[in-house]
Amino acid sequence: MSHLAAALRKDLLLHWRARAQVVAVFAFGAAALLLFSFAVGPETTVLREQAAGFLWLGLLLSSTLTLAESFHAETEHRALEALLLLPASARALYYAKALANALALFALGAALVPVMVVLYDAATPRIPALLGIILLGAAGLSAPGTLYAAMTSQARARQTLLPLLLFPLVVPVLLAAVKATSLLIHGDPMGQLRAWTLLLVCFNVIHWSLCGLLFDRVVED
Amino acid sequence: MKESRVPYGLLALGLALLVWGSYWGLFLAPREAYMGDVQRIMYVHVPTAWNAMLALTFAFACALLSLFRDDPVWDARLEGALEVGVVLSALLCMQGAIWAKPTWGVWWDWDPRLTTTAVLVFAFGGILALREFVDDPVKRATWSAVAAIIAYVDVPIVYFSVKWWNSLHQTQSSPETVSRAFHWPLRINAFGMLFLMCGLISLRARLAFLRREEETA
Amino acid sequence: MVTGRNGSGKSTLLRVLATAARADRGTARVAGHDIRDARGEVRRRVALLGHDSGLYDGLSARQNLDVAAGFLGPAAAARVGALLRDFGLADRAGDPVSAFSAGMRKRLALARTLLKDAEVVLLDEPYGELDPPGFRLLDAALDALQARGATVLLATHLLEHGRQGCDSAIVLEEGRLAWSGPARDLREPGAAP
Repeated sequence: MSHLAAALRKDLLLHWRARAQVVAVFAFGAAALLLFSFAVGPETTVLREQAAGFLWLGLLLSSTLTLAESFHAETEHRALEALLLLPASARALYYAKALANALALFALGAALVPVMVVLYDAATPRIPALLGIILLGAAGLSAPGTLYAAMTSQARARQTLLPLLLFPLVVPVLLAAVKATSLLIHGDPMGQLRAWTLLLVCFNVIHWSLCGLLFDRVVED
Repeated sequence: MKESRVPYGLLALGLALLVWGSYWGLFLAPREAYMGDVQRIMYVHVPTAWNAMLALTFAFACALLSLFRDDPVWDARLEGALEVGVVLSALLCMQGAIWAKPTWGVWWDWDPRLTTTAVLVFAFGGILALREFVDDPVKRATWSAVAAIIAYVDVPIVYFSVKWWNSLHQTQSSPETVSRAFHWPLRINAFGMLFLMCGLISLRARLAFLRREEETA
Repeated sequence: MVTGRNGSGKSTLLRVLATAARADRGTARVAGHDIRDARGEVRRRVALLGHDSGLYDGLSARQNLDVAAGFLGPAAAARVGALLRDFGLADRAGDPVSAFSAGMRKRLALARTLLKDAEVVLLDEPYGELDPPGFRLLDAALDALQARGATVLLATHLLEHGRQGCDSAIVLEEGRLAWSGPARDLREPGAAP
């Protein structure tokens, strides 16, 4: 347990030290949202209808930057290997990094909400619920994303491999998060929000356990 | 992995059965009442669906064995199963499109099963891409096994999420409805494809095994 | 002491012994434990300084040591300050490692390696990138290690450093053992024994 605390401290420190990059990633996400509106056209009704989709696509695309970067510091000078040799628990290292990434993605998602409100005229009074969905979605992206970022940081063509491997896997997260967000924006007469939230929770439970179990094999020789 | 004639025998047998079953289904079997000739694609589509799922399930088993046993044979079989599974899944999507166009007027109708298959093509195809970019054979084996396990576990989740996502729009729409009388060509094709698949996986696995031996020599 | 030409396998040997890399064939026992079956036990007792520093460029010197100490326990955490002083890094402890020169990074990496109270210390070319004051600091640290009974395995192609301090030596050639014996008998490659 203390390994997890030590690892978490390390990852939060690293994220904090790299906070300038967070601004850059946010700019990328906001630019993506802007580009979506250019691609679709200035028709306000259409934009408002699809706002949830754009938000989550923007977050998904930005996530590859955050996730890939999270392992850059670890592999640059083999710092992760040095920790494993102390010995530090690989599982603790995974959960700490995945948690830190989830928080970073959550912050990014939350920061993109005002952009969505402004560009697409899409808002919701149910802010806590929206933040909850963003948190679940961010966690869902982070669990497999952190594992695959660890893998691809050591492979060639890493920038292409990470999205290629991650995107098909997180289709359920995309579907559920977009649907849930859309329901929050446009109203939920049939009470479907619960079902989509449940799907997100299930996805998270399965992947946080599975990826935690398998991380050891990914980083060890 | 021993050199063997069995895979070639399986290939020959499989092809023969496929030719027989397809000829029967495409030309001899009676025309379906409502959908017409288009429905004949079902004689190829259903066997492809069964065998694609079988190949990917076998890949999952190989991945587990590859992780828990230190035998490179299972990694070789994993590669074979992945490749055949991806090809079959891609064929499945193409068949679905060929069926959908005359039936619904669009190439793709977001049927949950076919949409999940499309996601699978990318998920497992991505693992084949991963294998290309990892030079160390042991890492390659471990990582593709891990990725295959995660992708396979994800399959039901993807299926359910797509099903719910699409449920508001339309009901089941794939060429799966089979009249009882037409079973035989279907079964022949299913077995034909099964033998063909086993032969191909076997040969492909042996190729992967030989390549790896060469790498580590 | 392990020596040999470039590419002879010194680094690989050290990495395998530290369980940082896996061996395709064969076994070894380090600090009384098998490197395959008891990897965790080996790691608890072995410290490795490889070619890569294992440092986080974005963190400060002190933070790098604190992070490692977090996994080692309070005893290691208490040693952080002393190690920074011993390796002449105390006045730059709060600076990010990205601003360090190669020599200072090496010192920090050494400090980090010695944070663990290891029975076996594996050092791969520790003298590389160090300046003469750095050499003296390293020699002092090695003396201290020997004094407390630790086994030190030094991989280097600078024979003078090894011959003085080391008891025995082996020479590797293309991954194979070419010579072994007392360190003082070691000669330059090609010279008559």
